Amino acid sequence: MARKLLLEHIQVPDIHTFDVYRKHGGYRAVEKALKGMSSDDVVEEVKKSGLRGRGGAGFPTGMKWSFLAKPEGKARYLVCNADESEPGTFKDRYLMTYLPHLLIEGMIVSSFALGANLSYIYVRGEMMPQIRILEKAIAEAKNAGFLGKNILGSGYNLELCVQPGGGAYICGEETALIESLEGKRGLPRIKPPFPAISGLWNCPTVVNNVESIAAVVPIINDGGDEYAKRGNGRSTGTKLISASGNLVKPGVYEIELGLPVEEFIYSDEYCGGIANGKKLKAVVAGGSSVPILPANLILKNTNGENRLMSYESLSEGGFQTGTMLGSGGFIAFDEDACIVRNTWNYARFYHHESCGQCSPCREGTGWMEKVLHRIEYGHGQMSDIDLLVDVAKKIEGNTICPLGDAAAWPVASAIRHFRDEFEWHVKHPKEAMERNYGLGDYANPLLKKAEN
Amino acid sequence: MLKLTVNEEIKFSTALIAKFDAVMSYRYPVGKQKAGLLPILHLVQAEYGWVSPQAMDQVADYLNIKPIEVYEVATFYTMFFLQPQGKYVLEVCRTGPCSLVGADKIMDHIEKTLGVKEGEVTSDGLFSWRGVECLAACGMAPVLQIGPEYTYYENLTEEKVDQLIKDLKSK
Ligand SMILES: Cc1cc2nc3c(=O)[nH]c(=O)nc-3n(C[C@H](O)[C@H](O)[C@H](O)COP(=O)(O)O)c2cc1C
Ligand code: SF4
Ligand code: FES
Repeated sequence: MARKLLLEHIQVPDIHTFDVYRKHGGYRAVEKALKGMSSDDVVEEVKKSGLRGRGGAGFPTGMKWSFLAKPEGKARYLVCNADESEPGTFKDRYLMTYLPHLLIEGMIVSSFALGANLSYIYVRGEMMPQIRILEKAIAEAKNAGFLGKNILGSGYNLELCVQPGGGAYICGEETALIESLEGKRGLPRIKPPFPAISGLWNCPTVVNNVESIAAVVPIINDGGDEYAKRGNGRSTGTKLISASGNLVKPGVYEIELGLPVEEFIYSDEYCGGIANGKKLKAVVAGGSSVPILPANLILKNTNGENRLMSYESLSEGGFQTGTMLGSGGFIAFDEDACIVRNTWNYARFYHHESCGQCSPCREGTGWMEKVLHRIEYGHGQMSDIDLLVDVAKKIEGNTICPLGDAAAWPVASAIRHFRDEFEWHVKHPKEAMERNYGLGDYANPLLKKAEN
Repeated sequence: MLKLTVNEEIKFSTALIAKFDAVMSYRYPVGKQKAGLLPILHLVQAEYGWVSPQAMDQVADYLNIKPIEVYEVATFYTMFFLQPQGKYVLEVCRTGPCSLVGADKIMDHIEKTLGVKEGEVTSDGLFSWRGVECLAACGMAPVLQIGPEYTYYENLTEEKVDQLIKDLKSK
């Protein structure tokens, strides 16, 4: 692959220290922005880059920044979302561990663009080691004059603070995160107002993912147009993919958007194929919330075209036959994986993490967990399968925040694509306790399925 | 649940309060001191191993907020223990990707080795364990972590778990 934009120097020993990072071109983006650009110039470059939010929703970052209200006499805040709790996603922890200064540099440039003088990195509490790493790196940057008062003589002031969470997936949702940062329970707020108008302490606030903020550094260094040349169509630039599950080489990979899914799974440059010589059965391509696809549908869409790792290609076919890039949490399932058990595990997760404010989410996730549990443990009935579809449908779109959808989609898509396996569990409860369903026809060529 | 059992009186040491002060000294705008609640609860738990009702009341005093504001937060977030735990709490990820590559077996093995169920403390007071949700280490699964520094132990096998327990015992 061509030059990496985020992980270019990841192999350099001690790149987590200020001196080594600086020696490899670090903090050039801060110098360039603060010495030669206005804040609007920076926003303009980010717009030109086409960068889309890497936290999951894929909303264009430059556009989000331009929505930020700028009322007189009110502080503005930039909050970096380092809650990273979406099952299957571990790129932000990786980035903060090995390249803390890349995030800090991105935070300085982004805060400057937004006119924020106090910015936060909200890190989930479980990542205490990363919190220590960031605090140390912030102290180094401050020592070198890149944080604090009158940075590089530009007149711009910025304090950067790390705030720990307390263990709650919902705090990744931006308004829950803001509540949590204010020292409260992480209950999502009703929108509008959006954080861009009224966020942290009722001030205009931008919340961005770690990777989005880090990507601002190469965008400013190389220019937005240069960044936009990379990638594929409206999926510009590179993306960190967290690969897990039954792969030969799970891990974090920086890919150029548009890479064929097949190449990502099987080439030695990336995941190196399915572990233990097994066959691929299914993939969750963008973190646990996005629809699961059987092997045949993840490798090719229903038109027989190769699926690419891009926002558009993965969602080709909508929810009937497509999925989403999401946060880039790529989970591969081999022929021995049990889709029912996995779906139950996810439903259990979402039930556990529901904040409880909306009854469809609070009750529905618990109900789905219970029904999936009984199917998995041999007490299911055929009608349970449609019941699950029905419950999922009633949650979807009827809640304050998207956690409800995130809980509904994995269940609905598992039944959509793996109904045979659910029915087999119901019909052969004893056998299902002893062995797994296996590969079925989930890896067979699509043609048959595409017709109906 | 919050159990308001009477415990020994506790009093925060000056060293602990100095740590609170360090957090509060620069992080938040004037009047927004409530934002210090989560970092301070983490400091309390690191000191005592759990967050007792008495400790919460004193945190409320320190931050000049109502005790209920501390209780509702401490009970909302899963990291805070509302009961005493073992000196080492093994927190094993049980979510999808980890489960796919053997987390269930690791939890069974820990239960067997320690001889206590999830949430219970070994008789020597050294260990307890529980399943937790995705720790953002799915590519290095199975994985567990141990507070108060929340060190990660990755790519676990039964042998690695045995070694870890042995090492902690002899610490
Ligand atoms: C339940 C839920 C959990 C989320 N978790 C995260 C997370 O851990 N990290 C993250 O960056 N965004 C997460 N998001 C998305 C955020 O709400 C928000 O869209 C994102 O931080 C915006 O950053 P971006 O535009 O840079 O992607 C979550 C959303 C929901 C609904
Ligand atoms: S959808 Fe679920 S998590 Fe989101 S606000 Fe409603 S109850 Fe809470
Ligand atoms: S599922 Fe265990 S670390 Fe993510």
